[in-house]
Amino acid sequence: MNTKINFAGIEMKNPVTVASGTFGYGREYSEFFDLSKLGAVITKGTSLKPRAGNRPSRVYETTGGMLNSIGLQNPGVEYFATYDLPFLKKFDTKIIVNACGSSIEEYVELCKVLNTLDIDGVELNLSCPNVKAGCLAFGTTYNGVKEVTSEVRKVLSKPLIVKLTPNVTDITETAKAAQDGGADAISLINTLLAMKIDINTRKPVLANNTGGLSGPAIKPVAVRMVYQAAKSIDIPVMGLGGIVNGEDAIEFMLAGATTISIGCGNFIDPYTAIKTIEEIENYMKKYKISDIKEIIGKVEMN
Amino acid sequence: MPKQIFAKLIKKEKLLDNLYKFSVEAKEIVNIAKPGNFIEIRINENLDPFLRRPISIYNLDKENGILEFIFQVKGKGTKLLAKKEEGELIDIIGPLGSGIFKLEKIKNIAIIGGGIGIFPLYELAKEAQADGLNVNTYIGFRNKDLVVLEKEFQMVSSHLIVTTDDGSYAKNGFAIEYLKSDLESKQIDAIYACGPLPMLKAVKQLAENKNIPCQLSLEEKMGCGLGVCLGCAVKTAGSPKEEPQYIHVCKAGPVFDSKLIEI
Repeated sequence: MNTKINFAGIEMKNPVTVASGTFGYGREYSEFFDLSKLGAVITKGTSLKPRAGNRPSRVYETTGGMLNSIGLQNPGVEYFATYDLPFLKKFDTKIIVNACGSSIEEYVELCKVLNTLDIDGVELNLSCPNVKAGCLAFGTTYNGVKEVTSEVRKVLSKPLIVKLTPNVTDITETAKAAQDGGADAISLINTLLAMKIDINTRKPVLANNTGGLSGPAIKPVAVRMVYQAAKSIDIPVMGLGGIVNGEDAIEFMLAGATTISIGCGNFIDPYTAIKTIEEIENYMKKYKISDIKEIIGKVEMN
Repeated sequence: MPKQIFAKLIKKEKLLDNLYKFSVEAKEIVNIAKPGNFIEIRINENLDPFLRRPISIYNLDKENGILEFIFQVKGKGTKLLAKKEEGELIDIIGPLGSGIFKLEKIKNIAIIGGGIGIFPLYELAKEAQADGLNVNTYIGFRNKDLVVLEKEFQMVSSHLIVTTDDGSYAKNGFAIEYLKSDLESKQIDAIYACGPLPMLKAVKQLAENKNIPCQLSLEEKMGCGLGVCLGCAVKTAGSPKEEPQYIHVCKAGPVFDSKLIEI
């Protein structure tokens, strides 16, 4: 039985990764399981300079999911390279750094630094809904995505994955833009822009008023978008959005995802990613699938 | 190092309407937990409620490996938790938090709590008393119907003041008023507090005015409880207003030196 996958030039032992912002830089969950079991770790969104993040309250539970407005709090790439990367290198897994910036210049400067580090790939975050400058501004139009991607491509020789936002009318437009800009792969979906109001105070519960919705509540939207995006481009897709078990993971792969990512599913059970790997293997046994690649995009439409 | 365990609920007590005490078998957690640590509970295997619930530790029975926690039924998570029956297993991660109440080189301490904020202070008082410290405890409630654990705190305190905001039971007024007046005559080396935000703010100010070391146990909405999502942010003291800096209740806390944070 083969679960190995080559994703955008990154050789992974299985298609299961952990999503940016839900796994820190690996330390906390390494106290529960061996990170070497994962296909890849995608780091917390990391910027050129440290970012303090948004005012609290930053998180709120909703039906079958949660809202967050963290605002990309992170210690910056220099700190990451000095303290977190050496820790992650202790494990036999692939390291993908989620890169965020507020301008094209910042993305380019950051990726110049990342290109010199001993990492396996970069996930370009063009889709965080919680910061004013950058991200959504670039991530929602064909021209915006293509421009950032192609500028970063000029300085980055490592595998480049572009993370797309679902907050668009037509996901195939931005998916094509990433491909046309020279990305090796795309990942989707980031969180859906959302809001919760406290009816007693009449105020939104998040200090930033709006936030990003994630969790099982968004999974059907994510599956649909992965299906549409995967059909419209030739580069591979990493699917995410509400995956909490093997069944969810298989669903994304049938829809066209080559790899998948566990996001806030990590929060409800630290072993979610490990269990997902086991459940994928059980599915393969049940249907006598010898190679996991056989199921990618194999949804049979009505 | 936190652990995930499936702890058997061996005793369920209703302390008040909407207030429950659960005793669970949690040897692995009890062995390493310290006063001020907390746990996270997964309510059920369904995906709604989705997130774990952070709950403070009330009592650690080290001898028998029993962990006790007390919770108020407030939303859908705690409502479902209250329905668990003795014998059921509860999915718990703990002990969590690296900021724990520290008891070093001191002799006389004051512990002040308000309402449901008193629970994490019990284990602290118990351990402090066992260490031979003088424990002065001040616990306040809104009214007589909400007074709980008076006897329990009596057992672990050398001096206990119970107050109600409306004077319907014991002393009238806020607990902090009694702490404040005791500070005039008593030697207090450190203050430990947990409770509603206005109380914590007042305690912080009082302690800093009197130059007494003070630790506060904070609460904030949490995503992961482990320090990865960075949701439960609290402002660090002295950081510039236009560019505030944050640390996190679940990992750096939930207990903080009062001078380290801005609330």
